[in-house]
Amino acid sequence: MSLKRSILDLRKRKDEVRLGGGDKAIEKQVAQGKLTARQRILAIVDEGSFHEYDMFVEHVGTDFNMGNKVLAGDGVVIGTGTIYGSPICIYAQDFTVEGGSLGLMHARKITKIMDHALKMRVPLIGINDSGGARIQEGVNSLAGYGEIFFRNTLSSGVIPQISVILGPCAGGAVYSPALTDFVFVVENISKMFITGPAVIKSVLGEDISMEALGGARVHAEITGNAHFFALSEKECFEQIKTLITYIPWNNTVRAKAFPPQEPKTKLKIENIVPADVRMPYDIRDIIKSITDASEFFEIMELFAANIVIGFGRMNGETVGFVANQPLVLAGVLDCDSSDKAARFIRYCNAFNIPIITLEDMPGYLPGVDQEHAGVIRHGAKILYSYSEATVPKITVIIRKAYGGGYIAMNSRHLRADFVFAWPTAEIAVMGPEGAANIVFRKEIAEAADPEAMRQQKIQEYKDKFANPYVAASKGYIDEVIEPQETRKILLHALQISMHKDIQSPSKKHGLPPF
Amino acid sequence: MADQENKQYIIVHSAKYETTYNKKYLNRKVWEEPNFNLIKSFIPGTIIDILVKVGQVLNGRDSIVVLEAMKMYTDVQMPFKGKIVKINIEKGQKIPKGFIMIEIEPVA
Repeated sequence: MSLKRSILDLRKRKDEVRLGGGDKAIEKQVAQGKLTARQRILAIVDEGSFHEYDMFVEHVGTDFNMGNKVLAGDGVVIGTGTIYGSPICIYAQDFTVEGGSLGLMHARKITKIMDHALKMRVPLIGINDSGGARIQEGVNSLAGYGEIFFRNTLSSGVIPQISVILGPCAGGAVYSPALTDFVFVVENISKMFITGPAVIKSVLGEDISMEALGGARVHAEITGNAHFFALSEKECFEQIKTLITYIPWNNTVRAKAFPPQEPKTKLKIENIVPADVRMPYDIRDIIKSITDASEFFEIMELFAANIVIGFGRMNGETVGFVANQPLVLAGVLDCDSSDKAARFIRYCNAFNIPIITLEDMPGYLPGVDQEHAGVIRHGAKILYSYSEATVPKITVIIRKAYGGGYIAMNSRHLRADFVFAWPTAEIAVMGPEGAANIVFRKEIAEAADPEAMRQQKIQEYKDKFANPYVAASKGYIDEVIEPQETRKILLHALQISMHKDIQSPSKKHGLPPF
Repeated sequence: MADQENKQYIIVHSAKYETTYNKKYLNRKVWEEPNFNLIKSFIPGTIIDILVKVGQVLNGRDSIVVLEAMKMYTDVQMPFKGKIVKINIEKGQKIPKGFIMIEIEPVA
């Protein structure tokens, strides 16, 4: 074969693979509002930066007449590219080829790019769109999943791992996303569950649609399995690209720094934070009045909205924010918000991202459901995560810091580097109402007018303890600051903490209460 | 997030905070005192066999019902020594989770 002919032959072969499952299957994919595997990758990575590998890999199934079947690329696309110039490894399951089902070679392609990502210490993005295990390949496809999960675990905390659910992801397949750092879902397209509606109906008689069982909204709002929710694939890809700008390539480096910018929103505490600690406001307004360009990239916006987590930049550098949200459930800590915050704190710690904690919470959510759901062990996760974190940890107490919640929200006692408090802060064992009822129980009960006495004692307690100065007098907070100084002081604290270096006792690993 | 127009409150340590509820909070299960005299199905399934009659007195751990669920036969037993007061199921009946199958009362 002449060189020219062999080049033409190569092109023809590649074009055939690029057709995936063929026109008809692609039509079906598009009709569902979905892009094809290669289109998705190209929409995420920088133009012209994608290189695909293993195009000519063939499946090895022989049972059930699979031997005669040709499956383009064995239903998965793998490759490397860049996002805003940052290198990444990526794979995308191709639903048009045998339903994106996972057989031995399909899995081997995925583990190849995973190994590559770990070796090169660059982020891994996995796009899931698959009917699940390729039943015809039997135990080989189970082996494939196992190899993927193992690598997810091995890479955890070393390189960022991102899962994008753009189709079904059912049965064992869901455990790869669950092991990764961030899961992206799209309304009407993502479907995740262990057991599908058909089986649930036949076994349990419960009739539920795929969307109601494991749709994007369910995972973003109810289960907490998803971190980012989008209305379209396009919006989802923008979210992924934005996330990549905030996180480092791996655990040995910092996230890329951007040119510093002043916030767009000027902090006007009298406009945002009500003086009455029982009145709500949106904590995100405070965050946006602190961060560069007033930008805040929120994570898990819909799940456990009583705590807010996400990334912003301070003087051009990525910072993780953990903040109680008085707007939802009074900003209480509960099972879900503890889970949410704890995992994020550990993420920031693993990837060298300083943590700023904004505190305004009345305590833990009371209720039998909370106690029985294990709020003790869930709540302990926050304590654990803050205590073990060695990245710079800075707390600003805005209003309420009561009881166990005060300790949990990155207090001095958990090795916070800097603890600041606004003059509106109330650091106390509990709120004045509860404390007065206990401390002055006898006086109130014996008073001629118990209610008047109660109010008087609440006021007494308020005057004496509902302020930052008792804690400041013990050195538990470092400085009481004026609200409009917050950004300036945080920038200073971050600058001082830049080369923080502390060691914890050496161990194989701790035993966080999960 | 709930409608911010509707004022909602959370009480923590006697203090009443104005806020909004989320979906999970609104849908939380309200706790009820368990009644051990009601033998409920812990899983949806099919009644394969009823081994007792009304009025019968049985010891704790005696089998009373065979329930098929998840392709398995489950032996439903008396939680303590007691008398069968009422039977609410028939052989072959499909029942949902939490269905009161048998009512009993303790016998000293």
